[in-house]
Amino acid sequence: MELKEKLVSSFLAFENTVDIDAPVHDIRSQAIKVFEEKGFPTKKEEAWKYTSLNTILKHDYSVFPKEENALEFKDVKKYFLHDLDTYKIVFIDGIYSSHLSETTHDKIDVCLMSSALTKDKYKPLIDNYFNKIARQDGLSSLNTAFSKEGAYIYIPKNKLADKPIQIIHFSTGKESSLLLQPRNLIIVEENSHVQIIERHQSLTENPVLTNSVTEIFADKRAVVDYYKIQNDNQNASLIDNTYIEQQAQSLASVHTFAFGGNLTRNNLNFFQKGEGIDSVLNGITIIEGKQHVDHNTLVHHTAPNCESHQDYKGIFDEKATGVFNGKIIVNKEAQKTNAFQSNNNILLSDKATINSKPQLEIFADDVKCSHGCTIGQLDENALFYMRTRGIGEKEARALMMYAFANNVLESVKIPQLKSRINKLIANKLNVDIGFDL
Amino acid sequence: MAYTEDDLKKELETKEYEYGFYTDIESDTFPVGLNEDIVRAISKKKEEPEWMTKWRLEAFRIWEQMEEPEWANVKYEKPDFQNISYYSAPNKKPKYNSIDEVDPELLETFKKLGISLEEQKKLAGVAVDIVMDSVSVATTFKETLAEKGIIFCSISEAIQEHPELVKKYIGSVVPKKDNFYAALNSAVFSDGSFCYIPKGVRCPMELSTYFRINQAGTGQFERTLVIADKGSYVSYLEGCTAPSRDENQLHAAVVELIALDDAEIKYSTVQNWYPGNAEGKGGVYNFVTKRGICETNAKISWTQVETGSAITWKYPSCILKGDNAVGEFYSIAVTNNFQQADTGTKMVHLGKNTKSTIISKGISAGKSQNSYRGLVQINSRATNARNFSQCDSLLMGNECGAHTFPYIEAKNKTAQIEHEATTSKIGEDQIFYCNQRGIDTEKAIALIVNGFSKEVLNKLPMEFAVEAQKLLEISLEGSVG
Repeated sequence: MELKEKLVSSFLAFENTVDIDAPVHDIRSQAIKVFEEKGFPTKKEEAWKYTSLNTILKHDYSVFPKEENALEFKDVKKYFLHDLDTYKIVFIDGIYSSHLSETTHDKIDVCLMSSALTKDKYKPLIDNYFNKIARQDGLSSLNTAFSKEGAYIYIPKNKLADKPIQIIHFSTGKESSLLLQPRNLIIVEENSHVQIIERHQSLTENPVLTNSVTEIFADKRAVVDYYKIQNDNQNASLIDNTYIEQQAQSLASVHTFAFGGNLTRNNLNFFQKGEGIDSVLNGITIIEGKQHVDHNTLVHHTAPNCESHQDYKGIFDEKATGVFNGKIIVNKEAQKTNAFQSNNNILLSDKATINSKPQLEIFADDVKCSHGCTIGQLDENALFYMRTRGIGEKEARALMMYAFANNVLESVKIPQLKSRINKLIANKLNVDIGFDL
Repeated sequence: MAYTEDDLKKELETKEYEYGFYTDIESDTFPVGLNEDIVRAISKKKEEPEWMTKWRLEAFRIWEQMEEPEWANVKYEKPDFQNISYYSAPNKKPKYNSIDEVDPELLETFKKLGISLEEQKKLAGVAVDIVMDSVSVATTFKETLAEKGIIFCSISEAIQEHPELVKKYIGSVVPKKDNFYAALNSAVFSDGSFCYIPKGVRCPMELSTYFRINQAGTGQFERTLVIADKGSYVSYLEGCTAPSRDENQLHAAVVELIALDDAEIKYSTVQNWYPGNAEGKGGVYNFVTKRGICETNAKISWTQVETGSAITWKYPSCILKGDNAVGEFYSIAVTNNFQQADTGTKMVHLGKNTKSTIISKGISAGKSQNSYRGLVQINSRATNARNFSQCDSLLMGNECGAHTFPYIEAKNKTAQIEHEATTSKIGEDQIFYCNQRGIDTEKAIALIVNGFSKEVLNKLPMEFAVEAQKLLEISLEGSVG
């Protein structure tokens, strides 16, 4: 049976596992209709021109995880930022693991979507925010229809999340192939701050497909700092749909570190709804083998005096494919917008491909918008220089690539995370250099 | 009171299309509609050989199966293809040897356009093959060209006299099934220019054709074929103006350039068709397919100044097939009032050490929409390919839009690609600086726009550069800065 039919027909079964009287019931039923109509995107759609889901949709994914699978902390410790005190929301095969998690209701809420969707005290917030900015396309609607579990983070007015929050999804491979659909809702009210680190990790070679939707609301002067670590193994695919709505003078930044996985698609959308907003979208992609990473970004400027900064770096080896499709829309009311976008790529192999499509749609005249895109190689002279100084070729190349990606790393605000990513990069480039020097 | 920006805006809005006149020449027009019989009739009218008729019919059958493309960033009322007359030619169809024999009314028209044949003959050294409503009526300097072995004639004449060349190359760069409008053109093309430069010959003068759409309700389907044989050089100019009309006129041209080994073709266009009035009524639909193929060491350079047409849909492209081939694209696209332009280029790198340069300047004013859409594709065997692209947009007023849709695809690790795009407006400080030095706002804007477009204007041949600057002034002066 085709995955689409399977999902549509399992919706009824899914309904039995959740509370039908819950306020989101109508939203779910509506969403499955949208999915039934639109289905999975194909290469015929402009936004999916360079990415085909065909091969990853072939697996017979099991849609409902059967039981809670326990994991020992010592076995998965390396996937945590363990040298940093954080809140943790951990899911194993889509099911919350209280054993590995550390949540709170003290002043701020760091808890679960399943309780937020069902408990009465969360109802006003769910009514206000749930499924308000997620796009009504096939994939997001599919997630909405099966929305049940995920992270729920609520930072009320004038609060500072006292430590960063880690959201980690493990898949154990107990199922031969698994479809995960986490749904996250993050509400940051006026003047509040939060830092979030998200990671998806598959522990075996069994195929996993994650179709995740995250809605983030940053109210006036809020500061949201979001880091996505995508370093999964070769059989894990990820479709990440993130929607961020920002109010006046808020600052939201999303860093995406795509080092692993089979197919990774990031749909990252910023909607600016007030003046004086700053949006930051940064990314480093280092991939090889037959990996495919697709960054699809949208920044929609609707009010005056806002800024956006995008910086995506990519290094592609072997048969890897990279896609960058960045879109900036400036409405005619959004005068004095400064929107910048840059996409730099290095191809290391003749079999690797990069498709880049930086797009500007501008309707206001008093703006400064620019985009730049480069594809090139490492400078042979610089390599030669380093080698004359006794640095091995492999190390010299790694140093140059590290330098190439460095200005994205500079903007990571959590030192422990920065050094973790440094290690990941060193590992990825197959060298034993501490870039922390 | 000083001349303010508002005055300028008003003046611009009321400025009617200067070249909007209509020459009353009897035309021999086909009934409206399109079917196989019409295609056959066009072919018969032109006394074409059978292979050509077949070719047209094949194209027509392909076209029938195709759908009108909708991906371009333009909105318009789709033309009714059954409500267009597909052939119109001036009734008197003589072959002139001297200018005196030409219909005086026609000459008057050209004078209004500022293309005086006599003057050009004497001064510019330009051979003009004037296409008026699709049929070539005057060819100058043909004898001079003939001495060098250069063939420069209308495509209908070429089909009669040089069938081997036409047969070999027509449709080789833009196949019949390439796109909706190319298929339509292949089926019904009325006339156009043909040019062949023999081996090692450097064409001594700029070849140029002036296209005009004249008869009301006539779609114009030009077909241009330029072949530069090994080691030759040619510079080809094309310029357009059209009379004011309220109903939309469709223009779907196909231009094919073939640059064989070591050859160079420079193709320049100034397009100033009727853009519609200030309410966005009328204007020409310009759906053009232009493409060139470069063999080893060959070079094709496209330069265009697009100021007219209600809708422009045009992507002059280069296929860099041979090693060391070079493709260039220099463009200025100006849109005002309700004009919409979706234009750009495709650079397909197939050979080793191929290079391409794209410089695109978009200027939008009024309520217009101006898009750049380009593709740079480096294939896996195109070692050491190099591309540089720059697209700058200038916005005047907050009711217009500027858009960029670049597609960059690289499959070779030695590729070096740079793409840059900026969008901005004319700075108040720049205008202030000019005002301070006694240059009024209108002149200042013209000056700044000229500076903005200089990189492209410089690429135009002398004769065109002057005309292009004039066009920029007409289309833009007085827009809000």
